[in-house]
Order: sequence, then C-alpha cells, then structure tokens
Amino acid sequence: MGMTMTQKILAAHAGLDKVKAGQLIMADLDLVLGNDITSPVAIKEFQKIGVKEVFDKSKVAIVPDHFTPNKDIKSAEQCKFIREFARDKEIENYFEVGEMGIEHALIPEKGLVVSGDVVIGADSHTCTYGALGAFSTGVGSTDMAAGMAIGKAWFKVPEAMKIVLKGSLPKWVSGKDVILHIIGMIGVDGALYQSMEYTGPGVASLTMDDRFTIANMAIEAGAKNGIFEVDEKTIEYMKEHSTKKYTIYKADEDAEYTRVIEIDLSTLRPTVAFPHLPENTRTIDEVGDIPIDQVVIGSCTNGRIEDLRVAAKILKGNKVKKGVRTIIFPATQKIYLQAMKEGLLEIFIEAGAAVSTPTCGPCLGGHMGILAAGERAVATTNRNFVGRMGHPESEVYLASPAVAAASAITGKISSPEEVVK
Amino acid sequence: MIKGTVIKYGDNIDTDVIIPARYLNTSNIDELAAHCMEDLDKDFVNKVKPGDIMVAGKNFGCGSSREHAPAVIKAAGIACVIAETFARIFYRNAINIGLPIMECPEAAKDIENGDQVSVDIYTGVITNISKGKTYQGTPFPEFMQDIMKAGGLINYVKGKGE
Repeated sequence: MGMTMTQKILAAHAGLDKVKAGQLIMADLDLVLGNDITSPVAIKEFQKIGVKEVFDKSKVAIVPDHFTPNKDIKSAEQCKFIREFARDKEIENYFEVGEMGIEHALIPEKGLVVSGDVVIGADSHTCTYGALGAFSTGVGSTDMAAGMAIGKAWFKVPEAMKIVLKGSLPKWVSGKDVILHIIGMIGVDGALYQSMEYTGPGVASLTMDDRFTIANMAIEAGAKNGIFEVDEKTIEYMKEHSTKKYTIYKADEDAEYTRVIEIDLSTLRPTVAFPHLPENTRTIDEVGDIPIDQVVIGSCTNGRIEDLRVAAKILKGNKVKKGVRTIIFPATQKIYLQAMKEGLLEIFIEAGAAVSTPTCGPCLGGHMGILAAGERAVATTNRNFVGRMGHPESEVYLASPAVAAASAITGKISSPEEVVK
Repeated sequence: MIKGTVIKYGDNIDTDVIIPARYLNTSNIDELAAHCMEDLDKDFVNKVKPGDIMVAGKNFGCGSSREHAPAVIKAAGIACVIAETFARIFYRNAINIGLPIMECPEAAKDIENGDQVSVDIYTGVITNISKGKTYQGTPFPEFMQDIMKAGGLINYVKGKGE
C-alpha cells in the first residue's frame, strides 16, 4: 500500500522508509513557532527541561501578533517575557511590532517554510503552510517547549481525506468559499485526526492566497493538516520568498484514503457560515435579511494582498453604510505597504473604513473591534464560536472578503453581485 | 483509579468557551481557572468539586491550540474528561500536561449529569456506579501512557535525558 503526501513527509522526517496510518513516530522539526499567548507558557515549560539553548536558533520563530501592539499592561508583560527569552536565546526569527505580521501570513512571506518541511506551531492555524506542500500542524505550548529543546515532536501518522478539485472559480468566489463549502459538507469534525489532501486539475486555477486560506481552515474541519500538491505556482512562490531547499512529495497512486471528495469549483457560490459553528454554512442566495453592526476584513485566513484587492474593488467609489464599523487589517507590514502603493488604503479610508496595523486583535475577541451583547459582525476570520469576537451574546458570520466588503456597503449580509453591477 | 461525580456538556465544546481568549493576557493558570467554562456555564466554577468528572459529546476541545484549556479544566479540579471524541490538539495538550482523558462514545452518550463514575485510564474501563453499567473506552497507547506516568511531556523529555 502506498503513502499519502503527509505520510511521505512524516516518514522522511522520522528516518523511516515507510509509515502507515495510526503509527506513532518521532519526527525532526524544520520550524517551531509560537505567538504572544502560547509562547509564555512554552517558555516556562522549556525552562523546566533544563537545556540551555534552543535546538537551532534559525528554526524557532516567535511572533507577538495576538494582543499586539500591547493592548494592556498584562499583554505588555507577556510580550516583554517572550522578547527577553528571544534575545537571551538569540532566536533569529523573532519579529517585533513594526516588522511583525500575523504569524501565518508572515512565516511564508519570510520564506521560513517550503514544501516537504515539518512544522509545528503553538497556534491552531499553523496548518496554513500546507498550501506550500509542507506538513504543518498546530500543537500546544508544551509541544512547542519540547520542540524548541530537542527539535522533535511525536505524531500519530494520520489517515487522509482526498479532495479532488476540478474547474475554476466563478467571479467573486474565492478560497474562503471553497473551504466554507467543504466544512459545511463534512462538518467541524469531518476530518478529525486526518490530513486533508488537495489535488486535481482545479488546483492550478487557485492562487497561492486562495490555497493559504483553504489550508488555514483545515483545523475548522478537525483536521491535523491540510496540504496541497506542489505545482508551478508553489515553486514560483518559494523561489520568490525563500532560499531554503525544498522537496516535493507526491502521493502514491495506491495511497489509501478514508474518503474522496470531488468538487467542481465552477459550481460554487459565495458562502457564509452562520453562528456558532463554521459548519453552519449557507450560500449567499440562502442567507436572507441579516443586518450587521461590524465588518472585519483581515486575519491569518484572509488578510493577504488579494483579499485586500477584492475588498477594494468592491468598496471603490462606495461608502460603508452609516453605523457599520468596517475595520480592515492587512496581515503583514509588506502587505500593508503593497496595499498603500496600490492605492487600496486610500479606497478603504475614502469609503469610511478604519485601517489597522497587523494584529490578530478582533478575530479572537482580543482588542481592536470587540462586539457588545446582541451585536453582529461579518468577518473574514475563521471561527464564529460563542463569544469569539466579544460578548457571549454577540454573533459572527464568516465570509469571504468580497462578501464582507459588499455587506459593509449595504449594512446587511450581501452578495458582491448586488453591489457591483 | 479515578472516581467522581459527572458534570455533563454537549457536542463541539470549543476552547473559546472553555477559556475565553479575552482572559489570556496572563498565563497564570490559577487566575484563569476562575473563568473556566464561563461563556457556556457561568455556574461551573461554583459547582465543580475536586475529583469531578467532565463528560461531553463529540469533538471536545475544538478550536484554538491554547493549552490553557486543558490546564484550567485540571486546575478547576476535574479529574478526567470523557467524550465521544476529542479535537486533536486538545487531546495532545491533555496528555502533555497530564490531564486524564478518555474517548468512549457509548459512555459519553449514556452517562448523565450527576452520575457517579469511575475510570481506569490504563485499561480504558469506565464504570457508571449510579447506573450499574460498565463501558470500554479506548486506553492510551503505551507511548502516551508513559508520558502520563511521567506526569506530562516535559518530565518525559527530561527522563529521556535529551
């Protein structure tokens, strides 16, 4: 029996010729990541292990992105703690406010992950880098601590679900709609413990930003990781951003899958996930009349340049509805600068939107856009759990940047087709 | 052997309701434990007693990777969590910090709030003392039992001398 992409990467990093689903292995790590919420716990655990240095100063990344720029004294103390650790251990990839971005947009942009890598991150959306053909998965702080100390982590080799993409996306439909459609179909535990492996002729039609968005939300289906087959676009991206050596793994013809799903991209519609689970999806045609108080465009899911471009295309020459707070977060400084050069920031501000420095902020109810009781937001973020963006009685509707921008103009959840004739 | 009174919840209990992110500007677990389950069940911290057992449906602990989630459940006094299934990061985190957990769909469905239950995490046998029933859960593989016996991953790594 053959192996999947994920199984091949794990085998190679465990020094084994072959692994099979269910097998427990110790794998070498190419990158260990943490943020300002998970790293403080990890550092305390690391200190208990008793090693003096991290296993490799170039293979640890710490990105204070959640409650930064420091939202209060306690957050400032946490950031100070991790900053001092990074300085003391001479961690090369510590990114301070000013160079910092949302970790899962920043790490690929900095070229720290390439195809064939094994990455763990103490952040559940670490699965984003599967877009590059890497095995990357979210873990907790203790795994991060052990990873920093010994450069290894234990894994149970996952079974896999194969997702075969065909055709290409219609206008105003993006990677966000693809992944919401899939989660709506299989449920929030539909890929529990498994890898979601994307292949098929439709992959080529997806931009890298679409693929980052799709891989990013694998965790929202319960998956261990999401991974895309490497193609010309992936190689071009890696050459542009990284000097690291990459390895391309293809699944064997006879690899075993728990399930094979075929998706014709051309049939998809803009899709919205209703509270309070990402699986509560409806197409834009089934949404009905849902008035909103706030729009958030950004996050590790949808704060990349293409997300901002599509939002700008819709907002250009329009005004956001009076009373709808529209907050836009470019995910990294590079994306921010690019958006400025392209005139996107001007479009946003002219339209009446607020533009913020990169931060995870409102996505997890941290700061910069918290909801009051009874308020409703359309967000391009990844989770709509109870209390996720603020008060436990507030509501989050997950959507693409196109739907979010259109909704900002009309003040209710809307299709871009309604706004752009 | 773990023995205690059951506090029961439903499906897809996510880490945001276990410990809301708005409190995570500290990593002091005892301070955080005061907010355990707050957005789902405000009364939890008042009613939980040391040694109680939490029982839930499928996909327990879905969402964020925050290790604060199993840590506050443990700090609140919960001795074991039984669920139909666990989200994978929560599962790892629970093992790594030494919070006993057990997957057993049959027990998770059958056990009711307030039942007296005992759990042997090494054999996977769950006994519902109130109902006079036993269920077979999935025991940890040996490797994970070793981590649990060491008291979590950090001690395990230290013990290996690596």
